[in-house]
Amino acid sequence: MQCQECNQRQATLHFTKIVNAKKTEMHLCEVCAKEKGDEFPGSNSYSIHDLLSGLLNVDPSAGSGAGYSKREEKEYTLQCPKCKLSYKDFINKSRFGCSYCYQAFSAKLDPILKRVHGGNHTHTGKIPKRQGGRLILQREISSLKTKMQEHIDQEEFELAAEVRDQIRELQETREKEEGQ
Amino acid sequence: MSLEQFISNAISPWMKNPGPDDDIVMSTRIRLARNLEDFPFPSTTSQEAARALYKHVYERLSQTSKEKVGDLVWLSMDGLSHIEKTVLVEKHLTSPQLAEDSLQGAVVLNNDETISMMVNEEDHLRIQCLSPGFQLSEGYKYADELDDWIEGNVTYAFDEKKGYLTSCPTNVGTGMRASVMMHLPALVSTQQLNRILPAVSQLGLVVRGIYGEGSEARGNLFQISNQMTLGKSEEDIIEELRGVVLQLIERERSTRRELLKHNQLQLADQVHRSYGILANSRIIESKEAGNHLSTLRLGIDLDLIQGIEGNILNELMVLIQPAFLQQFAEQELTADGRDERRATLIRERLKLENIQDGGGET
Repeated sequence: MQCQECNQRQATLHFTKIVNAKKTEMHLCEVCAKEKGDEFPGSNSYSIHDLLSGLLNVDPSAGSGAGYSKREEKEYTLQCPKCKLSYKDFINKSRFGCSYCYQAFSAKLDPILKRVHGGNHTHTGKIPKRQGGRLILQREISSLKTKMQEHIDQEEFELAAEVRDQIRELQETREKEEGQ
Repeated sequence: MSLEQFISNAISPWMKNPGPDDDIVMSTRIRLARNLEDFPFPSTTSQEAARALYKHVYERLSQTSKEKVGDLVWLSMDGLSHIEKTVLVEKHLTSPQLAEDSLQGAVVLNNDETISMMVNEEDHLRIQCLSPGFQLSEGYKYADELDDWIEGNVTYAFDEKKGYLTSCPTNVGTGMRASVMMHLPALVSTQQLNRILPAVSQLGLVVRGIYGEGSEARGNLFQISNQMTLGKSEEDIIEELRGVVLQLIERERSTRRELLKHNQLQLADQVHRSYGILANSRIIESKEAGNHLSTLRLGIDLDLIQGIEGNILNELMVLIQPAFLQQFAEQELTADGRDERRATLIRERLKLENIQDGGGET
């Protein structure tokens, strides 16, 4: 079969498009398919990002009021003060412009992140070692507090007291660091 | 250049080493997405800002050393030819996006190519650690150490509640994607995989073909990775993935045993027919080649054919891709030309082996 674009080379790529039950077939050679760029469905087909962009566009917090509400309008004009990316552009591209966008769009972000990450919106993983000293200390204190409570529940008061002393020590370290 | 030399240069050194469970798991990859504070993300950056980011990272990292990392080579995409860039993509050392569209894109590699760090891809840094066989914890440990070393020299964009801030909301949190490449011919041929895949996706894991997003499975190779990156620790993500991969390994192995028990002759016939096609074809498309290589590899694992190296599937799946074929041919090739070169390359490669009929398990 010949390529339907150039009518010279052999068609090696065959596409079938079905829109509203209407079927269109395309037969292209590699050269013409490449020239068609974005229309070429082989290399850059429907990706996770297209899917994501579609997901972001459905906003449950926007309410179901008829028409385009004022609140919605205001949210759409949200803009990151640092990189100037608008919320609307973020939704369309599904990409942030810089790390400050996370603060700029924070009011809208949790439902979006929940949808993408199976209901989660808070990080519980690794904390960078050099930058996150205070945070690491804080996490350690709260995990020791849980441990202390467990000892109390089990009536292991001596062990609970040991953990309490460890907590005090860490709290003192934290206060010293904050005082500096 | 001799074929041995060509293969030796083309295959990443780590691929030649054996790894745990490598009868089923071809390789393990850990990827961490990281960005630096105070630089615009690559999606909105300008040429100047992208250059400034590259310069900053290069100056901070190329002048410090880390024992376990060894020497790093910095390859700027601007300085590479189209074929050289495609070769990096085919070796999974860089992404098509970095090779073609990035501003000031670069890839940083170590000697054995177990580390490949992309600069100015979708995120400022994409740290990737590759290892042979099934090595999720080891791979993460390695990536984690590398990440600590980098963070010691640059300041990451990090938020207490959102974790590592990434360009795309699908990566925020840990920024980690852990992937395992599996060869599952028995589960495919007995149509069990179709039933398993929906369950796997319910556990928040994704299964893709070997070239990642949007690609179809070739040669019965599947990449299984975590989808979610927020709300779970790196260790949790790895444990969940490990659990599923272990079950798939077990299912694949038991199905292979069953097939061998009940269909040994048919299986041996298939393996030798695949070998016959690969060893004698004059023209072969990549899909057909992938399928026969998969069957041949199954035959090697089940001892139905002897005298062929076990990693021939991993090796040839890399070598039969377009850029490698063109490098091998030392010229640009049309699709028909590639099919011919592919057949030649596979035939030549198989001549290096000393084939014997295997007995199989009794």
